[in-house]
Amino acid sequence: MSTPAPAHAHGPAVAWPPDRMLGNVRPAKLAMWIFLLSDWLTFAGLLLGYGILRAESTVWHHPGEPSLNIPFTAMLTLVLAVSSVTIIRAYDAASAGNRGGTSRWLLITAGLGLLFLVGQYQEWIGIWHPGLMKEGLVFGQTAYANTFYVITGFHGAHVTAGVIYLLITLYRNSRTAVSGNEVELAGLFWHFVDFVWNIVFVCVYLIP
Amino acid sequence: MTAQEATFNRQVIEALQPIHAPPTTFWSKYIWSLDHKTIGKQYLWAGLLFLLVGGTLAMMIRWQWAFPGQPVPILGPTVLRSSGGVIGPGLYMQIFTMHGLIMIFFAITPVLIGAFGNFCIPLMIGARDMAFPWLNALSFWVFALSQCLVIGAFFGDLGAAGAGWTTYPPLSTNIGTPGTGQTLMVAAVFVTGVASIMGGINYVTTVIRLRAPGMTYMRMPLTVWGQFLTAILNVLFIPVLGAGALLLLMDRLFGTQFFIAGAAAVKGGGDPILFQHLFWIFGHPEVYILILPAWGIAADLLAFFARKPAHWYKGTVLAMSAVTILSAVVYGHHMFQTGMNPMLGQGFTTLTLIISIPAEVLFLNWLRTIYKGSIRLTVPMLFALGMVFVFGLGGLTGLYLGAATPDIYLHDTMFVVGHFHFTMAAASFMASIAGLYFWYPKMFGRMMNTTLGKIHFWFSAVGITAVFTGQLLVGYAGQNRRLWNPYAYDIFKPLHGLNQWTSYFAFVLFFAQAIFIWNFLSSMYIGKKAEANPWQVGTLEWSITSPAPVHNYDAIPIVQRGPHELSNPELVRRLGRDWVGQAEVVAEEPGAARMAQGAR
Repeated sequence: MSTPAPAHAHGPAVAWPPDRMLGNVRPAKLAMWIFLLSDWLTFAGLLLGYGILRAESTVWHHPGEPSLNIPFTAMLTLVLAVSSVTIIRAYDAASAGNRGGTSRWLLITAGLGLLFLVGQYQEWIGIWHPGLMKEGLVFGQTAYANTFYVITGFHGAHVTAGVIYLLITLYRNSRTAVSGNEVELAGLFWHFVDFVWNIVFVCVYLIP
Repeated sequence: MTAQEATFNRQVIEALQPIHAPPTTFWSKYIWSLDHKTIGKQYLWAGLLFLLVGGTLAMMIRWQWAFPGQPVPILGPTVLRSSGGVIGPGLYMQIFTMHGLIMIFFAITPVLIGAFGNFCIPLMIGARDMAFPWLNALSFWVFALSQCLVIGAFFGDLGAAGAGWTTYPPLSTNIGTPGTGQTLMVAAVFVTGVASIMGGINYVTTVIRLRAPGMTYMRMPLTVWGQFLTAILNVLFIPVLGAGALLLLMDRLFGTQFFIAGAAAVKGGGDPILFQHLFWIFGHPEVYILILPAWGIAADLLAFFARKPAHWYKGTVLAMSAVTILSAVVYGHHMFQTGMNPMLGQGFTTLTLIISIPAEVLFLNWLRTIYKGSIRLTVPMLFALGMVFVFGLGGLTGLYLGAATPDIYLHDTMFVVGHFHFTMAAASFMASIAGLYFWYPKMFGRMMNTTLGKIHFWFSAVGITAVFTGQLLVGYAGQNRRLWNPYAYDIFKPLHGLNQWTSYFAFVLFFAQAIFIWNFLSSMYIGKKAEANPWQVGTLEWSITSPAPVHNYDAIPIVQRGPHELSNPELVRRLGRDWVGQAEVVAEEPGAARMAQGAR
């Protein structure tokens, strides 16, 4: 039984005394989980709205409105799925004290997030091909368009926040090595963004 | 936990919560303070200020029901000059809307949760601060921003918000209430929700992680339990309201039609009932968000001043937790009149009435706590007893409204208004004021005046009971809520006298609060200096000086026993007093093994 090291040093963190239900969980990790639960319920509220409006509607897909490009979005889903693996590699690297590896994997993850956002931009507005807005899916026009833009937009905002979070972590890692714990927090949020996307993809895109 | 483990845990916890140098600049001391006690006081000031605003609005409503169409005294010649001092129908809508929203989100929430949550949780669990002090300060300032939006709403181009506190569409869309006032209020509710979620995350984490060694869940003061469960509800259900508010803002600002249907919807088909679902999924837990901290405070105070342990402490905790869980599955009882499937209505009725079982457990526990106690009728105790009384009345009337059959008749009448004022308004008000009198010495280092406090109590208790009983009575007689001039209808003309008398009581209740304001403000300067433990109770915050030092505890306490170890005969014999601190070490006497068990 030795005297624990001070908490503020960046060396090995002091383990929290065990909680009967939650073990040695750190406050930051616990708070992140609570936040994610809370954030999930915002998505749940929006998806509930989508579900009710869609179940009640006589015509959901109005004539003249474009269909969603499922193969393209499936690729975006794959991008996010891959990024979920790369963030784990970043966590592994940070835990092993491999600072270069951490930076590399964080950069790749943030890049994949950016790629997703570019894909969403292409889908909404269009880069090499006119996007949904130009093809006649107008925000404010039908419940189909409204729910689509609000839900995917809200998710897109989360991806943006996640990319910024990853880039901040990357920047901090370039100053002094970040710990595995810090990358884990970013990773939790990033996994959540990916997880929610899967639900959104199924509900908004795949349900015929 | 062995003593050795406790000492080790203390070392760990002290290393994890180092003492920081106290802030020195004005900025770090009062504005961007990271100290949970200062943030609690910031919430307190902000909340009390808006309580006054909300109360003034209530008086205007009461004036209109007593003397419809007559110019309002004092306010008429000053703020209502444009309408000749008279409350017109449109203005009346804005007044009751702003009254409801301000009281719930910007007065009770900051005082009961923001102030007491911040102030009490770390002190009562033996921590030096919240888990995330920075997030805590941010939470307050985001809340302050939402209050600015509320003030802005008063100056909206078509007046303030006017769609009722429930903000039902289509009335709350641009069709019913155009103008920036309503938009700003919806935005304000969204922003205050963000602040509450930040606070909630902080509270839950703090309670789970920062409890002092030996402070097990079943040794936490009930105040902390109330705040803990409230924080859980806040974190889980405010996001759903956030989603609803977000969609409503889209409807108001960007021309979407999530909540507009039928002839009003020229384009897509929305659904007004959808908003009611989103609103009440949050809205019913919200009423428990506002009452759980009040229950916790009252339960602690009843035990403290009856000089007895809280009766069946574990039962109270379990009942409060059961209410927390049940609160999530009963929201449909607000929507019996929406054309809900009767089968579903029966389900919601049953679930709602099941809540009365844990509520009864709580209630009986409170009564058993004071039964045969040596009661000290201090001001906090009076207000705690007042909370039990008004909550009892409110809870009983809730049975009428929870069952679908009587609710169909009572829906949207003043009976509903009386019911939720007794529970949400009166009970949380009573508990907040009880808490203020109780923790004032620990907050400001001085005692409030007892005589003025007792006068304040009697005016408040009688006033509150009379006003809200008046509402129940006119409601049972059929008077609808939100009527600008009820006496335009022949059937409500006989109720004019009753309404007038209710208003007189309301005016007395309102102006009697001046006693409290004077007592609260003057005691900071002329109040008797408070000793460390003026109430002679054992919870941790009373083991340190009044007011509490910035870092709370020089050494993190090692908790030995529950929060209400009062009048334990063995300890009275050994210590010569009827209370013992939660962390106080009482030396073992040879052959007194039974004591340790009794003090568990």
